[in-house]
Amino acid sequence: MEPILQLRGINKSFGAVQALRNVDLEVYGGEVVGLVGDNGAGKSTLIKIIAGVYAPDSGEYIVDNRRVNVTRPQDATHLGIETVYQDLALCDNLDVVSNLFLGREDTISGLPFMNSTEMERRTIDVLRQLDVKIRSVHVPVSALSGGQRQSIAVAKTILRNARIVILDEPTAALGVAQTRQVLQLIKRLRDQGLGMVVISHNLADVFEVVDRVIVMRLGRRVASFDIKSTTTEQIVAAITGAEFSNGIDGQGASVGSTASVNGDEGADDGNHPAYQHESGKGSIQ
Amino acid sequence: MKTTVATPQADQAPSTAKGFNVGSIFRQDLGQIPVAIALILMALYFNATTNDLFLSARNLSNLTLQSCVIATIGLGSIMVLLLGEIDLSLAVVANLCGAVTCIMSVFHHFPWWAAILAGLAAGFGIGLINGLIVAFLRVPSFIVTLAASLGYQGLLLHILLPNTTLIITDPNLKGIAANYLPDYLGLGLPILGIALYAGYIILTRVRRLRQGLAVPPLWQTGVNLGVTIALVALVLWQFESYFGVPIMTMLVLAMIALFWVLMRFTTFGQHVYAIGGNAEASRRAGINVNVIRVLIFGLASMLAAAGGIFLSSRSADADVAVSPTLLLQAIAAAVIGGVSLFGGRGSVWAVVMGTLVIEGLENGLNLKSSGDDTKFMVEGAVLILAVIVDALLRRRSTAAGR
Ligand SMILES: Nc1ncnc2c1ncn2[C@@H]1O[C@H](COP(=O)(O)OP(=O)(O)OP(=O)(O)O)[C@@H](O)[C@H]1O
Ligand SMILES: [Mg+2]
Repeated sequence: MEPILQLRGINKSFGAVQALRNVDLEVYGGEVVGLVGDNGAGKSTLIKIIAGVYAPDSGEYIVDNRRVNVTRPQDATHLGIETVYQDLALCDNLDVVSNLFLGREDTISGLPFMNSTEMERRTIDVLRQLDVKIRSVHVPVSALSGGQRQSIAVAKTILRNARIVILDEPTAALGVAQTRQVLQLIKRLRDQGLGMVVISHNLADVFEVVDRVIVMRLGRRVASFDIKSTTTEQIVAAITGAEFSNGIDGQGASVGSTASVNGDEGADDGNHPAYQHESGKGSIQ
Repeated sequence: MKTTVATPQADQAPSTAKGFNVGSIFRQDLGQIPVAIALILMALYFNATTNDLFLSARNLSNLTLQSCVIATIGLGSIMVLLLGEIDLSLAVVANLCGAVTCIMSVFHHFPWWAAILAGLAAGFGIGLINGLIVAFLRVPSFIVTLAASLGYQGLLLHILLPNTTLIITDPNLKGIAANYLPDYLGLGLPILGIALYAGYIILTRVRRLRQGLAVPPLWQTGVNLGVTIALVALVLWQFESYFGVPIMTMLVLAMIALFWVLMRFTTFGQHVYAIGGNAEASRRAGINVNVIRVLIFGLASMLAAAGGIFLSSRSADADVAVSPTLLLQAIAAAVIGGVSLFGGRGSVWAVVMGTLVIEGLENGLNLKSSGDDTKFMVEGAVLILAVIVDALLRRRSTAAGR
């Protein structure tokens, strides 16, 4: 099984700040990848590169084993890679149907008139498919709860036939019940074969929903864990770069690859071990 | 790794009860019910205190004629308000473009329709320039249009030099405000409009049923249509008890209907509402925000130009003096009708309610021979009230968002 999306050796600088150093990332269909790291670790920069908001200084962007050029957001969406930013990009004054179809409304055979019945039908279909519950598809999204709004933002990507969905802190502003709702939605999409990348500062959420965790620190990918054989302490240690940590970069704790939670910030161009993905991970069929 | 997808009470996913009732029509398309009630109370009060003069067919017919200028410019201001912008130059642009039409007619002997087209084109062009500055140079619209209004006041003085007024001679131009439609148009057009509306409602119902979507109960659709027909019939009956339907009134209603279709049913209109709600999200959704901004400013100024032509037609001249209350009244008409100053909320039909409130007050207080002192204070109070309601509604809807 090949990853849908692969990044190799991504570098990105903002002036003197090197936000990403030689970062690799791979996302398979049917798995949820957690992207964790302290503030300023480079998570947002990395997903903006995936989304085509920033172009990397160097590195490869590979989709379905083919090198592609992604320099604009449209490039990413054409490849089926959709990003839900923290602000959700919803129009609060518009109803659910209008938000789902914003910018790509169904029209009546070539005329500039909207085909609202068709849009409504498809909205109901997709919400049912994702098991999102709302009172009516005609309420303005401002009247929805935070969890419902997040769900609507995700449903938008599904309507566009996303294969990879990237979520930036999807549960940051949510209460317990709503967080549960969104995590359920993420699992459901994973079960439907989508690849998901979830940025989160909440390790409880990470353990709840993620199959694999990638830890970033100071612009590097410093560790990668299979969630089933990992403890919170290991992840925290990798995030903070604690001396005593024994996080394993590579294939989760079971694989005895070289430990590479590098404490030496001096070695800027230190090579990471290759992240060859092995088959047989529980989450990947 | 299979997760529990089942959620306890699986109330069938999203409900689809589309609000096709009378209440939602008022809310969405005719402003708000409170405004309608206020309007009715106001009419009853004025009628009682003016010996039934206020609700006489003659006065009501005149009231609609007096309302045309504000309604048309108000319609323009709605376009801009929906975007979340404001245009403070509309009143001056109205006078200026009215003057352009008069000059073309009087000095250049344009036929009446060509003179009108020239005025409208001037308005559209002026709006495009405002819009370009707002959209691409990112100058706040209130300052751009405030400066523009000063500049165009100067231009207005200039093109009418050495005079300060210019009398219209063309009978067709004067006739817009002075004449009435023959019955086959005065009654025929509204009936056509009703037929189209009924057809739309029935067609929508059929299409929704075919798609398996929820439809409102039949009686509700019936009541909705019945009320609409009754309202139109009442208005027509009033007009016919006097000289018939005034040409200008019909023109204004036709423009409102046209812009309602544009804003409510087309992708263009949808994108205007979207930009007013969240411009950044619209941009990310691939909507060409700047082009829409420029076009809306163009359309708004073109509507202002139409208002200016009506104004010239009514007074049979072009005048350098722009009414100091015209702009405020036009924007007030929009806001009273429920169009939000914060963008993205309100219907084009708001202008009907809003204008009737403003011109009704003006007309009623005139009949009671109240002075400008009373009129300004009452109108000011009504406007403040409308703006407060707008702010409260906005606060409620943003509070619900989190
Ligand atoms: N547009 C930019 N211009 C300059 N520097 C930037 C820019 N974007 C990010 N950076 C820098 O790059 C580094 C990585 O930032 P990034 O936002 O990717 O971190 P993050 O992991 O998302 O952090 P957080 O958890 O706080 O969101 C930081 O040092 C940040 O200051
Ligand atoms: Mg970030």
